[in-house]
Amino acid sequence: METGSTSGATGAESIVVENLHKRYGDFEALGGISFSINPGEIVGFLGPNGAGKTTTMKILTCFMSASGGSASVAGFDVHNDATEVRRRVGYLPENVPLYDEMIVFDYLRFVAELRGVAKGRREERIRAVAELTGLEQVMGRTISELSKGYRQRVGLAQAIIHEPDVIVLDEPTTGLDPNQIIEIRDVIKTIGKEKTIIFSTHILQEVTAVCDRIIIINRGEIVADGSLHELEARVARAEPGLVVSYEGEATDALYAWLSGLGGVEGVSEVGGRPGSCTYRLKTLDKATTRRALLAGEPGVARELLELREAEPTLEAIFRLYTGGETEEGASLVSVPASAATASEEGDEVVAQRGEAPVEASVKNLNASDAEVSESMAEDAATMDETSEPEEVSRG
Amino acid sequence: MDKIWMVTRRELGTYFNSVVAYIVVILFLVITGALFWLNFFQEISVVSLRGFFSQAPLFLAFFAPAITMGLLASEKRSGTLELLMTMPVSDLQIVVGKFLAAVGLLAVVFLMTLVYPLTLSMLGDLDWGAVAAGYIGLMLLGGSYAAIGLMASSFTRDQVVAILVAFSICFFLYLIDQLVGQASGVAARSAEYLSTSYHFENIARGVVDARDVFYYLSLMAVSLGVATLSVGARRW
Repeated sequence: METGSTSGATGAESIVVENLHKRYGDFEALGGISFSINPGEIVGFLGPNGAGKTTTMKILTCFMSASGGSASVAGFDVHNDATEVRRRVGYLPENVPLYDEMIVFDYLRFVAELRGVAKGRREERIRAVAELTGLEQVMGRTISELSKGYRQRVGLAQAIIHEPDVIVLDEPTTGLDPNQIIEIRDVIKTIGKEKTIIFSTHILQEVTAVCDRIIIINRGEIVADGSLHELEARVARAEPGLVVSYEGEATDALYAWLSGLGGVEGVSEVGGRPGSCTYRLKTLDKATTRRALLAGEPGVARELLELREAEPTLEAIFRLYTGGETEEGASLVSVPASAATASEEGDEVVAQRGEAPVEASVKNLNASDAEVSESMAEDAATMDETSEPEEVSRG
Repeated sequence: MDKIWMVTRRELGTYFNSVVAYIVVILFLVITGALFWLNFFQEISVVSLRGFFSQAPLFLAFFAPAITMGLLASEKRSGTLELLMTMPVSDLQIVVGKFLAAVGLLAVVFLMTLVYPLTLSMLGDLDWGAVAAGYIGLMLLGGSYAAIGLMASSFTRDQVVAILVAFSICFFLYLIDQLVGQASGVAARSAEYLSTSYHFENIARGVVDARDVFYYLSLMAVSLGVATLSVGARRW
């Protein structure tokens, strides 16, 4: 707690970013972003790969200098008071770089020393973070022998061992299986009760599970900033609609009838359960459409199974704010198939994604990552290379 | 200073937990040992370590880079350097810490070669002063090569590139005075001054001259300085 007391007096906000710019050669990774985060907030940093999430985090953790603008963490400027900032920040980079040849306990002790944990408290802190992250079982094992889930926990443990005020996590759940993701989320939530956490992800469900607040970043600009409910409300206004299900197979007649209803501007078929068909109706005047639907009868006798409002999904939020782009720049040519169709088909895709099982859309996002990731100048190169040994060890 | 020692201790731990360090140490001892013992009985009338001290610098030009090649390159590749650089430790502390670890490993290797002078001293009257000077020279030379190796390691994320670059520089500096032979003149003098072997021979003769020591220390300082800048360049 010795770090907490000093910074508490210096300012109300734990992270303040003002007009931050970063250029790699002639590529502008950050085009002047500004935001501020209050102590105790868990903020999800969302955006396509290459949007500038990692760059922002590297600047906040003093790994990189900004080309322009200012950023301060825990009341200290990242440029002028880098040492002070580093004392107060815990950082887990993407891909969890750890010293593979070290034993977990030795590694944590090394980090505790380097991060400036007082000598008498090191053992105690190591025990505390091991308990919090569930590492007790593996303290004596070499890091290279650990599963990906345990590696991630070691990464988290080293980020919090010095009780930092601010914790920066870059894609902490990438590459984990669903159980591990839930475990890591729980750890993040536990830590987040006391600390400010900023973490990036492109798995949308993550933010619902963990975050108080979402910042969506695209092409180096902040395109949305607010709580999940605020963003959902905005999407609901932007893409209103109803979802209706009927018994039996989809037919052209039914489609034509639905299209003709009052207020309906567009109809798209959404994959439903076997033996039923589901449509998404795009409408601005939901009341009129609903009445028309209930009053009228579709040509053939069909039983109405379901009628509800189309809920704004995270995918819709993401797509609305990022415009379906997956890569910086306008080079849609190189964008992988899934993303390209998404931007061509427009609204229909949103509706379909809204109904599709969660895993499928997550998979889509992940699939496009692999191909897109090369773009991010030098940093991406680092990550590509680091990912190779992991592949090997897994096999 | 504390931070430097933390980095050094971790690196030393890594050295002695990895096969690479043992291979390098054993190889160095086998080669120098073989050459030493081969001549041992032929020149048994001369109780001196001159043979060892004339060959060791050449092998060091290869072994020092082999020790240092991974110090920064592998950390860059795995990304651990990024994490290290976001901890409250300066670039210089990281570089110096790693450098001291390499020097520490070299010191252990040299310690093991003390068997040679000890054996010789049993046969006759060994000039321990000259031996001490020779070892001081070896440490200075080894340190310089380690600094160069660390610098090369900071340029790349590929260990093979690091060792080749470092070996080229070390070998070049070792041989440069032989290019000029007995010639005189400014160019020849400066080539001689730049040469690591020229200064080493001075010291190995038993004369620890401040000028020679200064040469090695400045070589280390420049190499470590460049390495620090090169590590820091990633921030921009």
